[in-house]
Amino acid sequence: MIHFENVGLRYGMGPEVLRDLTFDIPKGSFQFLTGPSGAGKTTLMRLLFMSLKPTRGLIRMFGRDIAVIPGEELPLLRRRIGIVFQDFRLLDHMTTYENVALPLRVRGKEEATYRSDVIELLKWVGLGERINVLPPVLSGGEKQRVAIARALIDQPEVLLADEPTGNVDPPMARRLLNLFTELNRLGTAVVIATHDLTLMDRVDARRMILTEGRLDIHD
Amino acid sequence: MTERAASSNGNRGRDNPKRDRLVSLRPMAPIVPPVNVSGHALMVVIAIMSFLCALTLGTVTMVQEKAEAWQGDVSREITIQIKPDDGLDMEAALTEVRNVALSFPGTLSADIVDRAATARLLEPWLGEGFDMDELPVPRLVIVTIDETAPPDFAAIRQKLSDAVPAAVLDDHRAWANRLISMARITVLIGVGILALMFATTMLTVIFATRGVMAGNRHIVEVLHFVGAETSFIGAEFQKRFLLIGLKGAAAGGGIAALGFLLLGAWQSNSMATALNDQVTALFGRFTLSGAGYFGIIGIVILISAMTAVTTRLTVIRTIREIDRQRADPSLAEIG
Repeated sequence: MIHFENVGLRYGMGPEVLRDLTFDIPKGSFQFLTGPSGAGKTTLMRLLFMSLKPTRGLIRMFGRDIAVIPGEELPLLRRRIGIVFQDFRLLDHMTTYENVALPLRVRGKEEATYRSDVIELLKWVGLGERINVLPPVLSGGEKQRVAIARALIDQPEVLLADEPTGNVDPPMARRLLNLFTELNRLGTAVVIATHDLTLMDRVDARRMILTEGRLDIHD
Repeated sequence: MTERAASSNGNRGRDNPKRDRLVSLRPMAPIVPPVNVSGHALMVVIAIMSFLCALTLGTVTMVQEKAEAWQGDVSREITIQIKPDDGLDMEAALTEVRNVALSFPGTLSADIVDRAATARLLEPWLGEGFDMDELPVPRLVIVTIDETAPPDFAAIRQKLSDAVPAAVLDDHRAWANRLISMARITVLIGVGILALMFATTMLTVIFATRGVMAGNRHIVEVLHFVGAETSFIGAEFQKRFLLIGLKGAAAGGGIAALGFLLLGAWQSNSMATALNDQVTALFGRFTLSGAGYFGIIGIVILISAMTAVTTRLTVIRTIREIDRQRADPSLAEIG
């Protein structure tokens, strides 16, 4: 589904922050992306989300070479990917419900067709009582769960989550992990970027370890 | 989790309709937030610039109409002056002159300025109650001509010199031409000022809109990343900013139009007062024609449209910047 081949990336004239990355994200797979701070995890997540182009190498997303995809087609391709940003990127003027419904709304769907789905998903991530609350009132953990729900709402083929448990307590982290594994069981490929070893120990999944821009994969 | 699993089979939410009905939701918030502080500031900027623009347009329209009226008045009339002379029967001479004028084709009417009217004309210089018989006061016959087919002025002059040698015809051509030139220059200057005002308004609106849009960049980014197409994002922002532009421009243009209406009404209702006379002498009449009001409506529409188009272009530019960062990682933040 996603294929990286000898991918390298540098910012400007600086050194390569990612070097010779070659891997696949198969359909329905589950993997953790880990490594020390500054190793390039967020950069790799951005490559996976197509918000960056590599300076060398080949990336194929859903069978298409991203180097030749025209800009106007990117939104349509991104609809197949759910992303949880490290900084959440929620819209402050929208309630929890409205933020989660946003991906469906921009696809032109009628509210009546997704209302119950959004409410159910919010209950599932433990935000059933916070449906009408605006993001500035939410705690960090709650914002994170809203961001996760927004990424999941359209049942993406791939879920990319950058430090999704960074702002929640251990019980909630376990709950969110269960949510990701359940989603994976339903067929969605999951890539979770995290530092949390305890979290990784809870799931028997592939580990992609980034060290100084190089990737080691432990299946 | 079982609920979630069930949802994947297409039954999500439908197995618990009662429970969903209990959740009350507010009406969906617009994708672009309603007007915030910077949106209000933009609206005020648009209102002020529209007001100034409408004021300039109204003034230029009035000057142009006034200049056209002057030209019309001047070219419609000629005067025949009879200088008093020993042995001249002024009243008979006036009648003779009028008859001569009326005998030419192209002359519509000829009116003798009577003694009372002549006295009124001289009143500013000679004061009230002077005796006209004690002074050699010339008398006038005002002749209205057909502008499209004017009479032969040379022939009138010739006939007048035969009939009443003391009569002198003034066809106003010399100073009418000067007045027309002056009026044209005045209108040209007015149009120049209007063009500058308009350019300033457009630039101010464009930069103010861009400024406010910069504060909405995060919304454009989020929408772009959740899969919204550029046309969708552009349309959403355009809708919101068209409303801001329309409100601001309508307020500014409306106040200017109301100002012209009130000033015109005040002038009409306070005729012959000292203040009104002074204001009219200085600025003329503040009556704006239908064309002037249509011009103001045009300004409102144009400024609103400009705000909306600028918004759309800014959205497109923002998305291009995001894509440029994608293509050139050195422009992106290091992660």
